[in-house]
Amino acid sequence: MILSRKLKDSISSKWMLACLSFCLLLPLAIGSGLVLKSLPLLQSHSLKELIFSEDWFPSDNQFGFWPFIVTSVWVTVLALIISIPLCLLSSIYLTQFAPKWVLKFMRPVIDILAGIPSVVYGVWGLLVIVPLVGDKIAPLFHQDSLGYSLLAGAIVLAVMSIPYILNMLLEVFRQIPVELGEASLSLGATKWETIKHIFIRKGSSGILSAFGLGFSKALGETIAVLMVIGNVPQIPQSMFDSGYTLPGLIANNYGEMMSIPSYDSALMFGALLLFVIIVIINIIFRYIIYKSELI
Amino acid sequence: MTVRRKYEENFFRFLSFLFTAIIVFALVQIIWTIAKKGVPSLSWQIISQEPKGGYYFGKDGGILNAIAGSFYLAVSATVLAFIISLPVALFMNIYLIRYQRLLIGIRFFLDVLWGVPSIVYGAFSFTLLMYLGYKNSLGAGTITVAAMITPIMIRAMDEVVKTIPIGLQEASLALGSTKTETAYKVFFREALPGFATAILLAFGRGIGDAASVLFTAGYTDYIPHSFSEPTATLPLAIFFQLSSPIEEVQNRAYAAAVILTLIVLVLSVSARLLKPRK
Amino acid sequence: MPSTIELKQETEVKVESIPAHVPIVKIDKLNVYSKGTHILKDVSTVIPKNKITVLLGPSGCGKTTLLKCLNRLTDLYPDLKINGSIKIDGEDIFDAGRDITTIRQKMGLLLQRPYPLPMSIYDNIAYGLKLKGIRKKKIVNAKVEKHLKEVALWDEVKDRLKTSAQRLSIGQQQRLCLARGLAVEPEIILADEPSSALDPISSKVIDEEFLRLKSDYTIILVTHSLRQAKRLGDNIIFMYYGEIVESGPAEQVFENPQSKILQEYLRVGH
Repeated sequence: MILSRKLKDSISSKWMLACLSFCLLLPLAIGSGLVLKSLPLLQSHSLKELIFSEDWFPSDNQFGFWPFIVTSVWVTVLALIISIPLCLLSSIYLTQFAPKWVLKFMRPVIDILAGIPSVVYGVWGLLVIVPLVGDKIAPLFHQDSLGYSLLAGAIVLAVMSIPYILNMLLEVFRQIPVELGEASLSLGATKWETIKHIFIRKGSSGILSAFGLGFSKALGETIAVLMVIGNVPQIPQSMFDSGYTLPGLIANNYGEMMSIPSYDSALMFGALLLFVIIVIINIIFRYIIYKSELI
Repeated sequence: MTVRRKYEENFFRFLSFLFTAIIVFALVQIIWTIAKKGVPSLSWQIISQEPKGGYYFGKDGGILNAIAGSFYLAVSATVLAFIISLPVALFMNIYLIRYQRLLIGIRFFLDVLWGVPSIVYGAFSFTLLMYLGYKNSLGAGTITVAAMITPIMIRAMDEVVKTIPIGLQEASLALGSTKTETAYKVFFREALPGFATAILLAFGRGIGDAASVLFTAGYTDYIPHSFSEPTATLPLAIFFQLSSPIEEVQNRAYAAAVILTLIVLVLSVSARLLKPRK
Repeated sequence: MPSTIELKQETEVKVESIPAHVPIVKIDKLNVYSKGTHILKDVSTVIPKNKITVLLGPSGCGKTTLLKCLNRLTDLYPDLKINGSIKIDGEDIFDAGRDITTIRQKMGLLLQRPYPLPMSIYDNIAYGLKLKGIRKKKIVNAKVEKHLKEVALWDEVKDRLKTSAQRLSIGQQQRLCLARGLAVEPEIILADEPSSALDPISSKVIDEEFLRLKSDYTIILVTHSLRQAKRLGDNIIFMYYGEIVESGPAEQVFENPQSKILQEYLRVGH
């Protein structure tokens, strides 16, 4: 009896340790697997050429990732330009100005926004945003656009990133002590002045991290953007042009990558690029959060 | 107070309200759009039948293959993720509780892992499949999705277990339980409602993700009978049918979008209802 | 200014025991409710100018709520229902038309723990001045120096004014918070157990500060420490379960307590 209990305990704790090690080794495995797969490409092309070249002709063995990188970054930045003010001000409204029931009401709204699958956002983008950009917004700027554009991708991406960023910001503002607000108000500040000068400064590292992590989340988004951005491998000249993001490139070409030599290697290099960039961004901003929690 | 300060206060009060309203409006608009487009095409046939001959030219059939496939995939991935996550979350909070630094490091690591996009998981799994010589299949999709949702599940469970007071653990150990018994009997029971939320959250992530299964699960018109067969999934059913030029097929994509959205809505609402009140 | 306020007001609220000092705060039938609980019950009192008035009582008796009513920080808690009147310098602070920011600037606030603003030492003090519209560098500099000296912090921090206020010790931070409050030139200092989180030395500094400041300011001090009340108080208001049980000059209240509950409190406190 006692023996079996002890045995159970020892087996179970070994199993726990094994699971943990598996989780910790997974990203290493991903990283090294992708490196291994992209090695053939890296042997025949220089890293500089792969990243900065604009020529994407897989059948000619030319793999320049620059257009995809530019589009990815551009569309993500544009998305954040839209979603940051929305998230920042609404998190301020919900934590500072609104009655409590409004925040209670917003929680499920945020949950559902976070839960809607990427592909459904894509469908919505196709039905609403693409025509909106093509028929309404582009003419406003005297531009011709089919609607399948960076802007369409950015708007869809902005809405998708709202729940992610907003949740983090709500947490940031929730953690600011009430007394700090009382101190500022008692010095004669209005509520908005208190928010502007004190709360935003107090939460600055948290706010910055929310934006940074939102950026990395949006950068990796695949299907929804792919559905509305047009997928033309070019360096877009304006936000009404089509583009082709890095995740979109990987997702769209998995089927034919076996038919062209080095193509699979190139796509895995793309995945590696994405992986490395996103992990670095995550490490930086998670570290900032971690540091700010210590104080 | 000067007039300018007063105006500034009121302006931002209004603007922040407006922006919140815009977010609510966006959600309503999305659901309204999907419902308006998809509900008219919903029918019993769509939910209850597999695609028949000529389906992709607008003939008879439904997307039962994708609905069933998605459920098979999401359920098995969630189960697999749970089998890995539960021991890890408990291990962290029982065995590692004295090693705060290590614990912080692990949490940090898992948070970073959470940020890795699903397309990277998909691409990596695909490479692995190729290397091992396997085909796209339900099993491969399950493993990929499980790997993707495991960090989410561990951290969600960890947050729940973390709140259980250390006194409870000590009391249990003092009564002569082994650490394992403490873990599974005491902690597990205490944290059950929180775990349910974590599982629903991960399940929702799993059923909605397209990028990871695109590479690994394949696509088929049949309901899979084993893990080695390929399987259709709802997100891909939407994605593929939408690119068809035929209107009937596109309409079925909208109907599938309604089904997927409904599933996710139900998951969200039940996760919130289950969440223990603080 | 004092002469314009009629002394008659005092007799109206029947607090004959308070000597004929000029009242600066007059609270009349103040009631505060929170979700069905009655936190303050018919509180009426006057607080004399240039004295230290101590709000004394066991924790949870409504002292802090009363203090926060005075500068309407209660606005932050929508659950609170308030009626009654509080007049400061004869002006009702609950008057809808009144500008709450100027009312609040009449009162400096000191909380249980110091909450320095997330900025430099210098800016902590300049913040209130800027809100008042004082932006001239020269004036701000002079004021920063003046008020830091007022709380005996100047010599300790004059070489690092631009460093973050969060790096100061707790005691220094609390003195900085006091200086910050003084910089907006209030008439009243509201202090909510300001030395309860401090080490004995810092708390002694704060106490001495109060004794010195009372010639220029009216100080309202919340405490549950009998010793501090005896050391500092000119005027005592003893509260119990949301009611004022007894109030009056310190000697009278401590030497000759009328109510059972205060007698008990004084006995146990010894």
